[in-house]
Amino acid sequence: MRFLILFLLWPAILLAQPALSVTEVAPGIFVHFAKQEFPNPHNHDHIANIGFIVGQRCVAVIDTGGSPQQGQALKKAIEYTTDKPVCYVINTHVHPDHIYGNRVFKQPGVKFIGHYRLARAMAARAPFDIDRAKEQWDVNLSAEDIVPPDFNIHKQMRIDLGQRHLLLTAHPTAHTDNDLSVWDEKTNTAWLADLLFIKHIPTLDGSLKGWLSEISKLEKQTYQFVVPGHGPLATHWPQAIQPEKRYLQTLLTEIREQIKQGKYLEEAVKTVGLSEKPHWQLFDAYHQRNVMSAFAELEWEDE
Amino acid sequence: MKTLSTFIILLLLPFVSLAAEDESRWLNDIKPQYFADKPIKASDLLTIEAPYRAEDPALVPVKIISKIPQTPERYIKKMWVFVDKNPYPFVGEFTFFPETGKADLAMRIRVNSYSYVRAIAEMNNGDMLMTKKFVKASGGCSAPIGTDLDAAMKRLGKMKFRLKPETKEGLAQAQLLISHPNITGMQMDQVTRFVRKPYFMDKLTVTYNGKPVLMAKTDIAISQDPNFRFYFIPQGQGELKAEFTDVHCESPISRTVCEPGKKYVKTQQVNL
Repeated sequence: MRFLILFLLWPAILLAQPALSVTEVAPGIFVHFAKQEFPNPHNHDHIANIGFIVGQRCVAVIDTGGSPQQGQALKKAIEYTTDKPVCYVINTHVHPDHIYGNRVFKQPGVKFIGHYRLARAMAARAPFDIDRAKEQWDVNLSAEDIVPPDFNIHKQMRIDLGQRHLLLTAHPTAHTDNDLSVWDEKTNTAWLADLLFIKHIPTLDGSLKGWLSEISKLEKQTYQFVVPGHGPLATHWPQAIQPEKRYLQTLLTEIREQIKQGKYLEEAVKTVGLSEKPHWQLFDAYHQRNVMSAFAELEWEDE
Repeated sequence: MKTLSTFIILLLLPFVSLAAEDESRWLNDIKPQYFADKPIKASDLLTIEAPYRAEDPALVPVKIISKIPQTPERYIKKMWVFVDKNPYPFVGEFTFFPETGKADLAMRIRVNSYSYVRAIAEMNNGDMLMTKKFVKASGGCSAPIGTDLDAAMKRLGKMKFRLKPETKEGLAQAQLLISHPNITGMQMDQVTRFVRKPYFMDKLTVTYNGKPVLMAKTDIAISQDPNFRFYFIPQGQGELKAEFTDVHCESPISRTVCEPGKKYVKTQQVNL
């Protein structure tokens, strides 16, 4: 019976969401800056920076949050901010804190955009995410929450929001194998999402060497503002990406040394990169995993 | 007093049933399917080393350690590894020989959720031994799949041996690295229209000077880029050879319809 009531109330629960708090970091660019936390049932995986960009004609959503509820709260924030309709939803990569508000934006006239490998990554992750969302984040997910892109970007694509052009770039494997960044020409703002972590330890789910190589390209740019996937707005570029670069470089140097010495993965996770601990939030939650992932990659780097 | 004890029993009930549930897949499905009625004893001649909390469910380092040397009179002949709660619990069936020296085996596996990892060993006299370890697979943004699939596909089939330069008690330790994406085929095809069937290493044989030291039948619970460490008894100059095959199957949870893939070979001269 209780479930039936919940079911009947479901639309009401969604509507009752208060609008998400957003900050206008540059004219027309609105960001919700999330708290730096590990995903858990209390924060419902609402841990990523998400937001939207407003043009003369319409709005582009950039990442939709960790749950349909957060997606709804973001939608409300958009409605409070502007009367322009949403025309694009851009997913910067497959991680659950960035894509599981997608469902609430799915309607005629809205095009979803992602890296050409996003759909594949969604397909691979979906059963696992749906399975554990309730237990780990207290979020209910179903097949409807998997909304793959309508446009698959291989290299770059320009979209027009009405006197406002966004340049979307699909990156080679870095943070994940499906990273997409957004550049707003008008304000010279780069929305790098999880290609950039500030204060929150970077999390590696793609390629260490690939990420470092993307960083070396990104740091040559002269951005005015940069929105990270986790952490505060960056106003000094390329200084803002140096801690991340140093962390990843430390992993690279120290893991190569371990492999050279014939050490195994189990040994490397206990020793590599510990000097970085004081510099990062959530170090204990993610660091060992980063080392493992990087180790497995670097074992094959000479092939 | 009686009410108090009833109360305590009631309080404990959820835990008891939870613990029972943890064994249920083993007792109801795995054991009957693989071992029928054979008696299997819990034994401390075998132990499993694995992290209690797995940082990355796609890559859980597991090491099975046997406490007895492999001699022609007494040795571990076979070892099965399972992850109870995986959609396809079978990880592998490993065959050892007196020439293995010591039936230890380290590998990297996929663990889908909170589950027992268990190893069952068959001795040459037919005795069956078992050990298990509970593993909590967690991780904020990871799933039990590989990371850079395209990179893994490009070097598919490559292998390399790494050897510890020194021997210990007449035993040499070898690590065999195999490049293979070991695709699980577990995905949501209907929404994304992205279909990728299970494609994984199914058979491996490692020989030293022509004699087998390790043979394995493996499945999708082996991590991307399979990685094994094992022992053998070195005799100075010699040749290590690894051969494996892969297979394409129709379903992630059934092995009734499969099509053989390719065969891959690697040899390496050793002097230990």
